[in-house]
Amino acid sequence: MEHTIAVNPWASLAYLVAGVCFILALRGLSSPTSSQRGNRFGMIGMTIAVVTTLVTHVPRHLVYIHANLMTGTIGDAPFIPDYTTIAEILVAISIGAAIGIVTARRIAMTAMPQLVAAFHSLVGMAAVLVAGAAFLNPEAFGIAAAGQIFAQSRIEMGLGVAIGAITFSGSVIAFLKLNGNMGGKPIMLPGRHVINLAVLAGILGLVAYFTQDQSPWVFWTITGLSFAIGFLLIIPIGGADMPVVVSMLNSYSGWAAAAMGFTLHNTAMIITGALVGSSGAILSYIMCRAMNRSFISVIAGGFGGDSGGGAAAAASDRPWKRGSAEDAAFLMSQAEQVIIVPGYGMAVAQAQHVLREMADKLKEEGVRVKYAIHPVAGRMPGHMNVLLAEANVPYDEVFELEDINSEFAQTDVAFIIGANDVVNPAAKTDKSSPIYGMPVFDVNKAKTVLFIKRSMGGVGYAGVDNDVFYQDNTMMLLADAKKMVEEIVKALG
Amino acid sequence: MDFISILSIFVMAVFVGYYVVWSVTPALHTPLMAVTNAISSVIIVGALIASAAVGIGGTGATSKWLGLLAVVLASVNIFGGFAVTARMLAMYKKKDRPAAKH
Repeated sequence: MEHTIAVNPWASLAYLVAGVCFILALRGLSSPTSSQRGNRFGMIGMTIAVVTTLVTHVPRHLVYIHANLMTGTIGDAPFIPDYTTIAEILVAISIGAAIGIVTARRIAMTAMPQLVAAFHSLVGMAAVLVAGAAFLNPEAFGIAAAGQIFAQSRIEMGLGVAIGAITFSGSVIAFLKLNGNMGGKPIMLPGRHVINLAVLAGILGLVAYFTQDQSPWVFWTITGLSFAIGFLLIIPIGGADMPVVVSMLNSYSGWAAAAMGFTLHNTAMIITGALVGSSGAILSYIMCRAMNRSFISVIAGGFGGDSGGGAAAAASDRPWKRGSAEDAAFLMSQAEQVIIVPGYGMAVAQAQHVLREMADKLKEEGVRVKYAIHPVAGRMPGHMNVLLAEANVPYDEVFELEDINSEFAQTDVAFIIGANDVVNPAAKTDKSSPIYGMPVFDVNKAKTVLFIKRSMGGVGYAGVDNDVFYQDNTMMLLADAKKMVEEIVKALG
Repeated sequence: MDFISILSIFVMAVFVGYYVVWSVTPALHTPLMAVTNAISSVIIVGALIASAAVGIGGTGATSKWLGLLAVVLASVNIFGGFAVTARMLAMYKKKDRPAAKH
């Protein structure tokens, strides 16, 4: 265990500064006004980390190193830079930069959850590759003597490659589900809990065995099993639980970076890994709390496909009122305050821009318009906020659940677009409901509820009927969200 | 650095992360994920070390190529992550500023 990597103290200091920049980057996100400065701190930190590494690890020429390896005095080799390798590294960075920047510019805001999942998978894969590289050439990382990798480094490396591989394959599945290449419905393998636990135990067992035997098969089996468990873990999780999954994978990508930071004794990687790891964990916790579900039950999976499952067929034949765009326009133009509750349906219909137009028209008529966002609305944390920001909705008109919920009782119109379970009073009243205990908007307390829905068939992902549909003061607006709002805008004149 | 010092940094950083992330406004949770994504690509440090190392024999050369591939992947993430975060953050505007027509 007594091994130290010869490090340049200036380099260590630079990595520490990079780590502090990353802390400031996250700190900046405490308010939209300071957020852009925060992002710049992130870029500065990354630049410091990359430049420090390049300066301290300038590729040198093979011949001289080779000669000196015999005596084990690499540091005394004459300094002949290896320009080919330097060029290769710069090309690699440029290729990545080009792909990254083009993707970031072109991506539609509604596709943000997929993009984030795809990015997570890249971090995971990069961690796997770095761990693989460290395993194949441990001397270069200073974690081996005479071909024997230090036992402690083997554990760190084994955990790093495992977490990285799980992040990769899990994120690929999350991406496919979010991108619609794969159905949102949970895929349930028989005996999956047993299989998963067995694979996990196998991975941990092999990591332990790896300290005794550094044969390649051990390392690559850990990697292979971890890829497998990533797939197996995410496949049974339904589309609507994706906010938790995306946050969880975010967390994993952090832990993977931290594990590699332990291997390389790199402060910047350890600080970043810890930050990202706790960030993702906190987001997962917030998402679970907002659904009143335990993290374990989400991970166990099987809840919530896209279409609402079998219970949808049991939609009751209770009477409900249908309204037209003109009715909705009239009701809202007469209102003092309208609260808009957007959900995933708004994202699917891409209705955010026309929704803001509608709000503008209403404001011209002297109506106060507010937006109410549930923490799990959409497919990732903050999804609705980004879409509304894209449509130029000022962020001070957008409110969180606990800040606005008491206002529904004094509100004339609650306008629900693409949301369902987050406004279902059964979460408060019906103990047998699968969403019981989930904090919901009290839209039923508003004077009038306008509910945009494609049809009366589907009843949300939880497959629960919603009493709000059948209230006397509810008017159902059955149409595609975007079309309906466009018609309302027309009717408002 | 010995293991305990590294572990200390790690544990402290987890606590810092805990408090910093709770102070992030929920409206910015999506940019938070994008930026954490970008910074977790600091793993590029390991990729650069692997790419810059002298490859001796077959495994050494493989190690170098794995490193270069990791540099590409991490760079996609770094540039893409920061760029998309900047793009999102630029959209968050206050009420008093005139809304830009698109």
